[in-house]
Amino acid sequence: MVIVVPDVREALMQGRNTAGTLVQRPLSPHLQVYKPQISSALSIFHRITGVALSLGAVLLSLWLAAAATSAGAFALAQSLLDSIVGMLILFGFTLALFYHFCNGIRHLLWDAGYGFDLPTMHRTGYAVLVASAGLTVVFWVIGLVIL
Amino acid sequence: MRSPLGRARGMGSAKSGLGHWWAQRLTAMALLPLSLYFVLSVFLLEGADQAAMLRYMAEPWNGVLFIALVAALFYHLQLGLQVVIEDYIHSEARRLTAVLAMRAVVIFFGLLALVSVLKLIF
Repeated sequence: MVIVVPDVREALMQGRNTAGTLVQRPLSPHLQVYKPQISSALSIFHRITGVALSLGAVLLSLWLAAAATSAGAFALAQSLLDSIVGMLILFGFTLALFYHFCNGIRHLLWDAGYGFDLPTMHRTGYAVLVASAGLTVVFWVIGLVIL
Repeated sequence: MRSPLGRARGMGSAKSGLGHWWAQRLTAMALLPLSLYFVLSVFLLEGADQAAMLRYMAEPWNGVLFIALVAALFYHLQLGLQVVIEDYIHSEARRLTAVLAMRAVVIFFGLLALVSVLKLIF
């Protein structure tokens, strides 16, 4: 079976359904031509924060290794984290962590079959943005002001 | 995404996608309480020196929770990075190379974190 492609851009829209039949449909969004929406933006943020948090996990293991090595090595690690650059990196990690945490709950709820209709999805999407910003602020207020 | 045999039998793909998907969700669920515990630990360990770290990890609750955190975290991020690599690298050879290299790095840092926690505990 051949699908006629009147527009060359639609050549990228050919896939196969689960029965193996050729079908024409949009595949993964091509970010260059895809209108940004709250749903797609939050989706790519989830991926970006996931990759960033993976780098954070590498820092976590280096921090633990410094503590396991010697008092001097751990003091050096702590002073690096306490510097301006260190604090900025930590701030980025807390924001990424709280975002990935909140949006992860959203993903788990979708997997369980809840909240997949568009109005709910948009509402929970904005809620995730507000919650992750709020949690980050609360974290740093507790960390810098209260403790 | 169905294999010819899977299509003939009316079943799904013969690859390990379901196991991967389920493991990613399981570790995600485990990481919900564990990451909150990690945030709490960050507060409790703010400005700590090595002696304070040793005292903290020597508490069985903390030692066990940190081991669980490291295990779930590195397993989860390995699964996630694999999906990212598979989405963006289309050549089979380069994709496999990238996934294996990523896994080697993740296993190295996961073991480094695990051994460090164990050394702090004991």
